[in-house]
Amino acid sequence: MTGVARTRVKRNAYFDSVVLMRIAASLTARSEVEDASLMMGTPANMDILREAGLLDDAGDAAGPNDLVIAVRADENLLDDLLAKAEAGLDTRPQPASAAGERPPRALAQTSGANIALISTPGAYAAAEALKALKLGMHVFLFSDNVSLDEELTLKQEAQRRGLLVMGPDCGTAIINGIPLGFANVVRRGDIGLIGASGTGSQEISCLIDAAGAGISQLIGVGSHDLSEKVGARSMLFAFDALEADPSTRVMVLVSKPPAPSVARSVMERAARSEKQVVVNFIGSRLEASAPNVHPAATLAEAAEIAASLSLGRAMHAAAAPSVATSLGPGRTSIRALFSGGTFAYEAGLLLGEVKTSIGHWVSGQPIVFPAGHLVLDLGGDEFTVGRPHPMIDPTLRVEFVRAAVHAPDTAVVLLDVVLGTGSADDPAGALAPVIGEAEGGPVVVAFICGTAGDRQGLAEQQRKLSGAGAVLAPNSTAAVQLAADLVGARV
Amino acid sequence: MNALNELMAGELKAVNVGLASFAEPLAAAGVSVVTLDWRPPALGDAEAAMRLARMMNDERIEKGNATAIERVLAAQAVMVDVVPARDAIPALGESRLLLHAGPPIEWERMCGPMRGALAGAIVLEGWAPDLERAEKLAASGEVKFAPCHHHDAVGPMAGVISPSMPVYVLEDPTTGRRAYSNLNEGIGKALRFGANDGEVLDKLRWMNAEVGPTLAAALRSLKEPVNIKSIIAQALQMGDECHNRNVGSTSLWSRQLAPALARQGEAGVRVLEFMRENNHFSLNANMAACKLMTAAGEGVPHSTLVTTMARNGVDFGIRISGCGERWFVTAAPVPDGLYFPGYGPQDANPDLGDSAITETAGIGGFAMAAAPAVVGFVGGTPADAMAYSIEMADITLARSRDFQLPPLGFVGSPTGIDLRKVLDTGSAPVIDTGIAHRRPGIGQIGAGITRAPMECFVEALAAVEESL
Repeated sequence: MTGVARTRVKRNAYFDSVVLMRIAASLTARSEVEDASLMMGTPANMDILREAGLLDDAGDAAGPNDLVIAVRADENLLDDLLAKAEAGLDTRPQPASAAGERPPRALAQTSGANIALISTPGAYAAAEALKALKLGMHVFLFSDNVSLDEELTLKQEAQRRGLLVMGPDCGTAIINGIPLGFANVVRRGDIGLIGASGTGSQEISCLIDAAGAGISQLIGVGSHDLSEKVGARSMLFAFDALEADPSTRVMVLVSKPPAPSVARSVMERAARSEKQVVVNFIGSRLEASAPNVHPAATLAEAAEIAASLSLGRAMHAAAAPSVATSLGPGRTSIRALFSGGTFAYEAGLLLGEVKTSIGHWVSGQPIVFPAGHLVLDLGGDEFTVGRPHPMIDPTLRVEFVRAAVHAPDTAVVLLDVVLGTGSADDPAGALAPVIGEAEGGPVVVAFICGTAGDRQGLAEQQRKLSGAGAVLAPNSTAAVQLAADLVGARV
Repeated sequence: MNALNELMAGELKAVNVGLASFAEPLAAAGVSVVTLDWRPPALGDAEAAMRLARMMNDERIEKGNATAIERVLAAQAVMVDVVPARDAIPALGESRLLLHAGPPIEWERMCGPMRGALAGAIVLEGWAPDLERAEKLAASGEVKFAPCHHHDAVGPMAGVISPSMPVYVLEDPTTGRRAYSNLNEGIGKALRFGANDGEVLDKLRWMNAEVGPTLAAALRSLKEPVNIKSIIAQALQMGDECHNRNVGSTSLWSRQLAPALARQGEAGVRVLEFMRENNHFSLNANMAACKLMTAAGEGVPHSTLVTTMARNGVDFGIRISGCGERWFVTAAPVPDGLYFPGYGPQDANPDLGDSAITETAGIGGFAMAAAPAVVGFVGGTPADAMAYSIEMADITLARSRDFQLPPLGFVGSPTGIDLRKVLDTGSAPVIDTGIAHRRPGIGQIGAGITRAPMECFVEALAAVEESL
């Protein structure tokens, strides 16, 4: 460290952390900057800045409603760099509103809306959701870190008012063909999908689209909805709505394995339905509770059954391609480095004994993988504190892929590439160079969760991955199978 | 069928709270979506944020607020008399009591200007022969101190009212309620800034002996009492916001009183000359009118209407309709403003005075659109002035039926601060203010604009919820 740390404090200026991180990232990318950070001066953030040695006296006096801009660099450049950071703040995206009109600051100032999308920091998310419900809005709650008690309170309030709460921790939904959060452009059709796992729902909807069928509604319920405490309140509420929805003929329910009592009540409700219901509690072997209930073990199978029921003919998911390759000696381990949590979960189940952590990880330190198969969810909390999700910003994942590609014991690097709204503009393009580095080393197996309609362009993304040397699998399940085949493991 | 089926059968109309990028796919699909200019509510206090959500659309609060704000809007304010304070406020005649601005405070914690003003008042009342012994007396506990607000009164800056000082008597003719304020001494060295030398005290003695009685005689000779609320309404059309700019209201008032004062002989002429020298002469009367209006909204169960904002130079305090007499206090901020040559922020006393009663009643900073000259204190433009008035509508319950803002299409001034809206939007009430030197006796060193500190609002919110 040869540079000097200096801060600029903007009093009572609130900025979203993602906006701030983007600006900080663009600053640190400059060779003359040793370190830079933009943070609201909350006690936790101040600790981070202090430990990073980024706080000078002026910065130290900031409060929770103040923005701290901190840069460490050559003293002569500091003022210019701080000015650049401030200029970056002025270009933050403006809310959609008529010219000259002031956007409202609080939900209570709005009128006539029927749905609220909430992505505030978790500590405030439940309060915003409760306000939205009291104003008669359905809620799409992307924010995480909402307690189960608060989730229950929200869903009870929603029940009283006949409203739906999607979330907390709900990443995806498609309502009336409109994508909310992370979603893909899928054909409209008669399959209603209710999902407690975000990328799982995205994958199933994309595979249904690929099979030629379509989606009536994709309703996310949040990853904790099927917990014992919450009791699948949102899933059952959405089920009733889709049951009554004339546009929905087939339903798909997808979730990680729920609490047993919750699984029972969901299966009972499905059995009472007058519609065909595909149930995928990922990795669980379910018994059909009634002739109209179709258990599916994997995401691909769930999509396959649903598409078959919708189209009235048997549809088969594409099988994994066979790859003739000889791996060098000592290359025995699969390194699955996923951006989608459901994919990591599914891969872990399919592969059996795998590690799901690399132990204590410190940003900036060399990445060391444990011996044996590893399935990592790079969208997990450990990797997303203070930085965007890898589906939004692939930077960190590229570092992990590079480490895996160059590790002498890596046999297969397994990757997901998620397209659609919310995702990065060119995820395959970001991964292609580091995939190229695998030449002569491990095999890179990748699959794309996306459709031809997605703005990133499915064909273009495929070309970039295979052009770099990756083997493309048709879906998440097939990708894991292919990886297992390559190392001689059984799935 | 449930409301979700209605949603699925109809069109989405969305509000986006948080990341702006979440609105993009909806907007691209032609869906109506509004992204809030959101910030964490209640100073980022998550517990208070949840409290706000629970208290939203609470029938008891809404009903209380409807009652309280209607009383505020309907209140009238006419000036009926000028009398020695002890005749208007009985407690001042009963023991050695002095009134001061802001929430309650002990002598030991008072700021310099407040102590200076009180010591001066003690000498003025003849309770001590000189300032040194006046301060000893004050510290001894033999003189009691109380907020003006506890006695239906208000005073700018130190806001000291002593028994012999003349006060304006304002009355709401409909309810008979009364409110009081002292007389403005003029700019420069003044007791309200803590100045207390012989010159200052001599002027006060003259005001007691001549200005008060002469104004009283003039007022009593009028066929109709002077309607201060109406003068404020007119002054807003003349570039005043009636807190930091009072040129219009002082002129209108002088014109109304001039013939009657002229009939009081030489004394009347001296009072007219006194009024001519002080662009803020009408401020105290405007404040008393505002006190009448806000007092009308006090004491309504469960109401979240802010009925008082006041500062004693150390603490900033608010009172809430549904919480009765209780004060919620936090440290007073140092205003952002322009300083007279030779002074700077290091000389400034934290915010001081009852004059934020103007903002509490919907004028002052809330009516800034009408007074673009005032934003000049912080280097602002007319557009900034309008922006303040537009923003304040986010935190108020209603618009005045009488006070209009010409640059905003003559819309009523935003009136009646709702505690919940302040915390929910993160918009703190804006307050125009003078800046006093932190040492007594030096006087005003600047003027500017400040914001009410939010901490006391957070505390008050919890108290209202407890009352439910």
